[in-house]
This record gives sequence, structure tokens and C-alpha cells, in this order.
Amino acid sequence: MSITLEDAVYTYSKGTAYEITALDHVSLTIEQGEFVGVIGHTGSGKSTMVQLMNGLIRPTGGRVLYNGEDIWAEQYDRRKLRFSVGLVFQYPEHQLFETTVLADVCFGPKNQGLSPEECKHQAVKALEQVGLSEDCWEKSPFELSGGQKRKVAIAGVLAMNPSVMILDEPTAGLDPKGRDEILEQLSYLRKERGIAILLVSHSMEDVAEYVDRILVMNGGKKIFDDTPGNVFAHYKELEKMGLAAPQMTYILHALAEKGLPVDTGAITLEKARDTILEALENRDRRQG
Amino acid sequence: MGIIKALKVSFDYIRYDEEENKEVSVLHAVKDVDMDIQEGQFIAVLGHNGSGKSTLAKHMNALLVPTGGTMWIDEMDTREDENLFRIRKKAGMVFQNPDNQIIASVVEEDVGFGPENLGVPTEQIWQRVDQALKATGMAAYRKHSPNRLSGGQKQRVAIAGVMAMHPKCIILDEPTAMLDPNGRKEVLEAVKELNRQEGITVILITHYMEEVVDADRVFVMDDGNLVLQGTPREIFSQVDTLKQLRLDVPQVTLLAHELGKKGVPGMEGILTIEELVEALCL
Repeated sequence: MSITLEDAVYTYSKGTAYEITALDHVSLTIEQGEFVGVIGHTGSGKSTMVQLMNGLIRPTGGRVLYNGEDIWAEQYDRRKLRFSVGLVFQYPEHQLFETTVLADVCFGPKNQGLSPEECKHQAVKALEQVGLSEDCWEKSPFELSGGQKRKVAIAGVLAMNPSVMILDEPTAGLDPKGRDEILEQLSYLRKERGIAILLVSHSMEDVAEYVDRILVMNGGKKIFDDTPGNVFAHYKELEKMGLAAPQMTYILHALAEKGLPVDTGAITLEKARDTILEALENRDRRQG
Repeated sequence: MGIIKALKVSFDYIRYDEEENKEVSVLHAVKDVDMDIQEGQFIAVLGHNGSGKSTLAKHMNALLVPTGGTMWIDEMDTREDENLFRIRKKAGMVFQNPDNQIIASVVEEDVGFGPENLGVPTEQIWQRVDQALKATGMAAYRKHSPNRLSGGQKQRVAIAGVMAMHPKCIILDEPTAMLDPNGRKEVLEAVKELNRQEGITVILITHYMEEVVDADRVFVMDDGNLVLQGTPREIFSQVDTLKQLRLDVPQVTLLAHELGKKGVPGMEGILTIEELVEALCL
């Protein structure tokens, strides 16, 4: 599996006074099993990019390739593509509509033309993998908590057996525990099923903790495409784009400025703790 | 008595069977909550999804009235119908989704909508609109169409709209949940400014622990009960209790807590980067 954008451009309302280029010559490839974070302020082109990736909109310039094939070539089966590239929109729980959780999750596989037994099999597997216990399955989705509803919506996409899942702000509005549960579940899915995950997020802390590659979007252009450590080293530039670094980055830079020799590239809690402990030990040894 | 006072406030959501008019189920969303908020305070409310925070917040401007106990807003009982209009003037609300709160096609008209409904004379409406837009840093956008604004800007227009009604108290229910980091910062600064400059009482409900650090008091809800209250330092020094309540602490506090566990001294109750730097580097 791979998704490639080749010099992709997307212009809204082309040829009118409201013409806006939302995606400006972007090239990148997402490979099997990757966990990629996408950050950028509101209006930076993230959502446009995501919609290009599963063929919801057609690039006004450049190409979009899935497994090396142009998805806008004549004869290309884009309907099938959308089953492989699952898209979970913002606040997906607003799209739940069936009378029971299980029926809602079956909707995707049903549209793929699977038999009722197969649908149920896929749905049950998906619900188990997002961590929803069996006592919820026959409930109305509207009886569940916000975090649970969101898991139902994610299961609904997962049940179609996608090779890639793209999630637009899957943790917005959830409490800290619910947020961790969803992100842990995504990490697990990626390990268990080997699917690639693309996470669009406004939370730098979430991105720092979970992904291994970050795309930074600004003004429709891809500005950085690198590991979290390397991307957040540019925290001053990120701030100029209306973004920020995780709090850890600020803490470590503040300590380094005061002369404590810590590794400012440590962005997770554990690594930050370890580099501080090491620096403190070295200092005490020298002083003692 | 403070500006918002709750005495044993409870609220039950009751579901009825539509045909037989029987109670089907009862959800106790708020249980026996006591609180007394003084004018001019900055209050933060934390709690996991479904803990009852929003239900409690809706009592603060009489969108809901208690099924048990009493709630007073500026000494007016929210159950008395004749107080309703005056209560809504005293306490304004801002919700999570900026797109659901804007009604006019020009920013200044949207901000003027509230005072217009209160019957404020036209000239004074414009004064209030000016002042509210200035206080929220949106004066440059007064002639803009709201649909071209960013999320943070729309949210500031919503806050200006409440401000123009000259409330004593403003309740914000997760106003930053849908915003990017910049938008979050803008909104938070506008809110703090209102509290400091205009002396408006602020009740901020949030899931972002970093937003709570500067509050005067923090209330923590769980399962409809008010389980913890105190200064941010008192609340966030209880890292393990908060985790059990499905909450978190600011990252700097968590880091300090982890360092403390490894034997680094002076790591309890650290809330800001400056405090951590001071504790480690001196």
C-alpha cells in the first residue's frame, strides 16, 4: 500500500474572484504501516489534502496515486479506493444514525456488498479492536458517552477493512483519558493490522507522543516532513505559522538556556525525564 | 452571598415513555452540589465527559433549573420565572462550536444582537459594540463577514456578543476544544483580559489542563458530584487522584512529578515552566 501526491494542486472556485489555492504543489508518499501526524493552523490545507487522498475531490493540478496508479485515470475504480482509504471526519459521532451500535458499524461492509454474516463478522472484529465491550453492541449509539460514540464511528470505518485510516481531529472534545484511549487504540490497530494511520491534529502533545513522522502544512504548502524530534526543533518557525511545540520542548529549551545541558530534542515525557535526570547527575558529580 | 451560589443543587434527566407517560429511566447528572463563587473570580471546572460539568454550567444562567436544592445568581433564585430575564442579563454563556453561535452576516451586527434584544437605545448599542470588540481584540474585523474568520476569531466574536450585554459573569463551556493552538491562545487571552480589566466573573470549563493554571479556584466534577476544589496548586499536586478521575495535569507538572519519583527534591506542586527551571537550576 502507498498513497502518493505528485505535485498536487487544488484551487477552490477557480477563475472567480474567490479563487483560493488550498494546496500548492505538494508531493509526498505515505507507506504501509506508517503513523503520520499532520499539523497546520485552520485553513492551512490539511483537510483539502486529506480529501484528495481518498478521491473525494479531484486535484486541479498534479496527480494522486494509490499503489502507483493514478486514481483519476479513466476506468479507475474510485469507489473501491474509498473502502481502502478510510476517512474519519471531525466529530464523526454526528454521523451515527442506526438504531443499534452493531447495525451502525455494519453499514460500511453492507455497502461493500458483503453478506449479512460477513458484515456482522467484520463489525464485531472492528468493535473489539476499538475496545468497545459487548454490552454496548445492542444499545442505541445515542446512549453512549462522547468517547464511546467516537469509537463506534471509528469502528464503522475500520469494518470496511481499510489499508489506510485518515482521522481528522479524532480527539477533539474528549477528556484526557478518552483521548489517550483513542490514540492507544490507533497505535494498537496499526501494529495489529499493519494499516497506515494519518492523524490530523491540533494537539502537539498527542502528535509528539504517538507518531513517527510529522507533516507540517502552512499556506497550502508542505513546510516540514520529518521525525517529531526534528520538526519540533524548529519551534520558533512553527510559532510563526500559528502552531506550537509540545510543552516538553519549551521546558527543555528553558532548562538548556539556564545552563542545564539537556537534550532539547526529547519530546516525550519519558525521554524528557531521562535527559533531565542525566544532566542533573552529571552536574552533581562535577560539583560533588 | 457570592455571585453564583449553589445549595445542594441536584439535577435529574428523566426519560418518559411517550405513550404511557411513565418514567423510563432517570439519570442523576448533578448531585447535591454546593458552591459559592465570589464576584470577579476566575473559576475553572474540570471533569471527564459525562461528569456533569455542562449540566451544572447550564444552571448558571437558568437554562436548566435544579430538580433539587437551590441555585442563586446574584441573589436571584433561578426557579422563580420572573427572575429569568434578569438572570440571563447577568450571566452569559459561550459554547464549544463557534459556528453555532453566530447569527448575523456582519461582525458588528452579531455583537449588537444581544443588547438590541435587551432594548438598549441605539447609540448605547454602538458604544457597547465598540467596547466589546476592542476588549476581545476584534475591532479591526467589525465590518467583516463572520464566515471568513478563523475559529479563534469567531469564538472571540461570540465572547464579544456576550460582553455587549454587560453581564457580571460569563460561563464558557469548552470554548477552545475546536481551535488550533493559536486560536486557543487568542481566546484564552481575551477571557483573562475580561476578568482582569473588566472584573467579570469567569467560569471556564475545559479539558486543557494548561488553561487552568492561572485560575483562582478549580472545581473538579465526577459522576455529578463536586469531588475536589482548591487552588490550581492544591488540585494539581494530586496527580494520581486526577488520573483516577480520567483527568490529567499540565505536562510540566507531570514531568516534575516523574522527576520527584526518581528522587529529585522540590518537585511537588510545580505549575509553570519558570517554577521548574527555578527548582532545578538554582
